Amino acid sequence: MTEVVATNETILVVGGGISGMTAALEAAETGKQVVLVEKRPYLGGRVSQLYKYFPKLCFPTCGLEINQRRSKMNPNLTILTMAEVVDLKGEKGNYTASVKLSPRYVNDNCTACGDCEKAVEAQFDDEYNYGLGKRKGAYLPYRMAHPQRYVLDPRIIGTPDADKAKAACKYNAIDLEMSEEVVNFPCGAMIWATGWKPYDAAKIQPYGYDRIANVITSVEFERMADPSGPTGGKIVRPSDGKEAKSVAFIQCAGSRDRNHLLHCSRICCMASLKQCTYVSDAYGADADISVYYIDIRAIDRIEDFYEKVKAIQQVKFIKSKPASIVADKDGNPVVHGVDTEGYKRFANAHDLVVLAIGMEPSVDKDSFPVDIVLNREGFIEAAPENGGVFAAGSASDALDVNRAVQHATGAALRAIQVVNSVARAEA
Amino acid sequence: MSTNQAMVEKYRNNFLKEVEANVEEGEWVKMCMQCGVCSGSCPLGKFWDHPPQEIFMMIRAGKRDEVLTSSSMWMCTSCYNCIVRCPRELPITHIMHGLAHYAKRLGLVPQNQPTAKFAQLFWDNLMKKGRVNELKLGMALYFMNGFGEGVKVAMKNQKLGMNMMKTGRMNPMEILGGHAVKDLGGFHKVMKKAQELEDARIAKHGA
Repeated sequence: MTEVVATNETILVVGGGISGMTAALEAAETGKQVVLVEKRPYLGGRVSQLYKYFPKLCFPTCGLEINQRRSKMNPNLTILTMAEVVDLKGEKGNYTASVKLSPRYVNDNCTACGDCEKAVEAQFDDEYNYGLGKRKGAYLPYRMAHPQRYVLDPRIIGTPDADKAKAACKYNAIDLEMSEEVVNFPCGAMIWATGWKPYDAAKIQPYGYDRIANVITSVEFERMADPSGPTGGKIVRPSDGKEAKSVAFIQCAGSRDRNHLLHCSRICCMASLKQCTYVSDAYGADADISVYYIDIRAIDRIEDFYEKVKAIQQVKFIKSKPASIVADKDGNPVVHGVDTEGYKRFANAHDLVVLAIGMEPSVDKDSFPVDIVLNREGFIEAAPENGGVFAAGSASDALDVNRAVQHATGAALRAIQVVNSVARAEA
Repeated sequence: MSTNQAMVEKYRNNFLKEVEANVEEGEWVKMCMQCGVCSGSCPLGKFWDHPPQEIFMMIRAGKRDEVLTSSSMWMCTSCYNCIVRCPRELPITHIMHGLAHYAKRLGLVPQNQPTAKFAQLFWDNLMKKGRVNELKLGMALYFMNGFGEGVKVAMKNQKLGMNMMKTGRMNPMEILGGHAVKDLGGFHKVMKKAQELEDARIAKHGA
């Protein structure tokens, strides 16, 4: 049975992505007791799945490494992975949280040697690569995963693969008897940093994401560009593995559309501009990049990055929200639409189409596990009714990493104020 | 007039206001964000002089004559692709019909526009008996472009016509006047009242 040491001066942070990690570390580093709950087997969230950041084109691994180091060093921080908050009772300054812990089947003896992975045969879609590749039934979620500990997929439990994994482990780290448990512990304030998920591209019917192999989403493309990703960093067509030199980016795929997401997701313009550089870096003068857009929303100081990408000769900007995509006989996605600058019809064949997919809150609006005020898009409102529950990062709105981290620091301060008032009342 | 006032006049958007007041669903025109999904989604789009997106921009730019004498909105077949896909849920199909209707009211429909001609034939046919006389409407459609053309089309569809008669889908006796709705007088009263209401609405808007 897992023990969680906590009091009503403890801050509970839900979600271990960049916002949750930031909020938890900022609070823990002021001396507060913090419990960080993460649904995945590792911290880092969607930032861990990015190849580069915009606009500096530097690597997120760098900042993540710093945060991992901070979390390893801090004795005030308790991290629970494969954990989900299922209930919250009580009031500001005096809550009891119920957290469901899913079994990892691997204890902290694990040295991440990888022998179990070699022994196991079953393969599954790799969530870390948005299903673009496969991983084994015993796996390290990604090379920099923190905690650096293997996971057994629950689908191999009860199969010979589980026994093979156990037999292969030299450190007695595999425990097949682990089972789901629910732990209850007190906390004074809660930071909800559950982040975002990509909108379901198959719902944008005319773009054929579910029918055309060479239509992918921006998050998948990001994995493809990463040298540690499923294609080893090669930008290729999923249908035949051929080099994708003619790449189209379609903006507002789901966002700013009353049939899909009402809001502007804010990051997609910059993400596509960044991804344009991946294609031009890979293929140089042979690259042929088209960005289909309604208007480019490279906000405030990042306009400069837009200017830089515009200066790349291989990048064309086409002012049009495409009407549909169909595949020709060679599997090339053909983008159909009318250009707003001149009202000319076009039907352009590309090697690969990337849908700049919108952000939606990762927790479903209708099944939020705690009582909380949500706006019509499902993001958390800063409302007095929320008591000691605060949102951090993109659980509150579609935010880029920069703004999410700033927002998380703000949320940490609000939570600290609550637990400080509890401490004063009890002094 | 000062330069300032001249600029105000230039960008006054009089025609947008006229459309909002007179065209069915016209108040939606200003909501268009010029994304182009409607134009790209229109199955007949390549036959339009100005796709819907361009029409909306022309209205905002005050191009009254070009819009109202255009044949574009008459090309709409009501497939509703544009309405389904519009990210701002503009009732584009209805606005196109509204514009066509307004142009017709002002007598600005292009000469020999086939959709407009057919719409008139349909209306005249319907007004006689309160129901559409399909035989007469079909005949009128065949001969819409002259006697010779009509005979040719009729000959081509002879077999179809015979089969429809055999299966009771078409009655040749309908050519002699045809049957009416049960209360034809009542129908005409309804239409008269509707016309009065429409006239009153137009008088109120002053256009």
